[in-house]
Amino acid sequence: MAMTMTQKILAAHAGLEDVEAGQLIEAKLDMVLGNDITSPVAINEFEKCGATKVFSTEKIALVLDHFTPNKDIKAAEQCKQTREFAHKHSIRNFYDVGEAGIEHALLPEKGLVGPGDCIIGADSHTCTYGALGAFSTGVGSTDMAAGMMSGKAWFKVPSAIKVVLKNSLQEDVSGKDVILHLIGRIGVDGALYQSLEFTGEGVASLTMDDRFSIANMAIEAGAKNGIFPVDEQTLEYCRDRYRGEIRRYVADEDAEYSRVVEIDLAALEPTVSLPHLPENTKTVREAAGLPIDQSIIGSCTNGRISDMRIAAHILKGRKVAPGVRCIVIPATQQIYLECIREGLAEIFVEAGAALSTPTCGPCLGGHMGVLASGERSISTTNRNFVGRMGHPESEVILSSPAVAAASAVLGYIAAPADLPEGGKA
Amino acid sequence: MNAKGRVHKYGDNVDTDAIIPARYLNTASHSELAVHCMEDIDKDFVRKMRTGDIVAAEKNFGCGSSREHAPIALKAAGVSCVIAASFARIFYRNSINIGLPILECPQAAEAIGNGDEVAVDFDTGIIENLTSGKRYQAQPFPEFIKNIIASGGLLNSIV
Repeated sequence: MAMTMTQKILAAHAGLEDVEAGQLIEAKLDMVLGNDITSPVAINEFEKCGATKVFSTEKIALVLDHFTPNKDIKAAEQCKQTREFAHKHSIRNFYDVGEAGIEHALLPEKGLVGPGDCIIGADSHTCTYGALGAFSTGVGSTDMAAGMMSGKAWFKVPSAIKVVLKNSLQEDVSGKDVILHLIGRIGVDGALYQSLEFTGEGVASLTMDDRFSIANMAIEAGAKNGIFPVDEQTLEYCRDRYRGEIRRYVADEDAEYSRVVEIDLAALEPTVSLPHLPENTKTVREAAGLPIDQSIIGSCTNGRISDMRIAAHILKGRKVAPGVRCIVIPATQQIYLECIREGLAEIFVEAGAALSTPTCGPCLGGHMGVLASGERSISTTNRNFVGRMGHPESEVILSSPAVAAASAVLGYIAAPADLPEGGKA
Repeated sequence: MNAKGRVHKYGDNVDTDAIIPARYLNTASHSELAVHCMEDIDKDFVRKMRTGDIVAAEKNFGCGSSREHAPIALKAAGVSCVIAASFARIFYRNSINIGLPILECPQAAEAIGNGDEVAVDFDTGIIENLTSGKRYQAQPFPEFIKNIIASGGLLNSIV
């Protein structure tokens, strides 16, 4: 029977020859992930039902990234509970402040996830690892607890939407613009319960960081997972990082898709999502001029080194506009170090931006950039729901790092080309 | 298994930040989460809410984050059932896993109004609007899901 790429990975992990959409299966897990917000709930469940042992000390990752460095006493208690659980159970992949980073940038960087893996994480953006050709999906804390106990999870095999990428991106357009454009076209429930399988000759032109941004926001279209084929770039990324065995699955030529969406990458422009849904997309040209109070450059969507380089390229020799707070957050300690070594840190500080230690903080209105009533932030994060970044009467506009940096300089929504000397530093 | 209560009605895409804002996720305490349930889209929700009341909404209820705190907050606030035209998948899974009954029924979700009295029979999947007298058929829960809900959640049902 013809299968999609996702279906092949699920079949292999369920020990089945083939599977079809709608089938309920139990799959073996290669990685179970939790953070400082979702792990305490999972640990409570784990302990409540008398479990004493985790299924593997290697295949669980606990990352303290959301309200860290601890934003208040309650957050500190949640981190403490997670830390103690990690130590008690000798969890090998436990990451605390100083070596931690935003989980979805950290796990690929550390080589903990790779092609062909089956991964669950108690964080909705766990779908990020689909960029590596893995099946990876977000679940809740109870599923995480059950996964830590048994090393397995049940799934309903998803049908899929095929997203065919053609040509290549223009300058100042990135993976973030691709995914915002797609969500704008199919809606926030356009891929509900389904996989988004990215394919086509345009894939090769996308960097791994572009692919991470795209797969990361598959959930924002309601998808169960987003997935990319494994190519030379994937293998290059995994070399010297990924410790597992590379398992390369390819969708069958005649696999069934519920829908095919074509995207001409060359035709895309810098894109934003206006409040209060990621599907409310406009091109920057259409939205240009809206004043902003804050610009956030970071997150599991866009806190990787290429995002930092793009932002620094635009901020170099320029100043953040008066009245705008620009906060730059490298996603991991490694990226932070690269920002220092490459001179990007200096560029950010000289431009008048605040450079933060890795944290999810502002994306979910936790800390490090919470908004007051009536304030508007442009942000390279992934959600712009009511109250997402602070006061229920604040607004978030989603964009790429290039647009967030250009907007920080001008004080209103703008593309790099709108800067007096264009995007050139 | 049944539920009966007054309906609190919402629209499309009620996200998990609306159900329980992230600023309250520094606790896993069910009772503390319940106090802030729905506060960013309906600040009077907790005050209006009576134990056993039902939440109804249109499409894609529970979209966004994987936080299990969202169905926990609804359940701890006393919500007996959520009826929607469709649910975001992680929220759906989490609700079943913690034992919050949820039913997908576009016809009921569209027709039921704020303040209506509604009765739900989980064995048959019949949703009855006692205010209008109309009945709607949702997919009844299979046995294993009924067990999870009756046990108060997935882990309670397997140990």
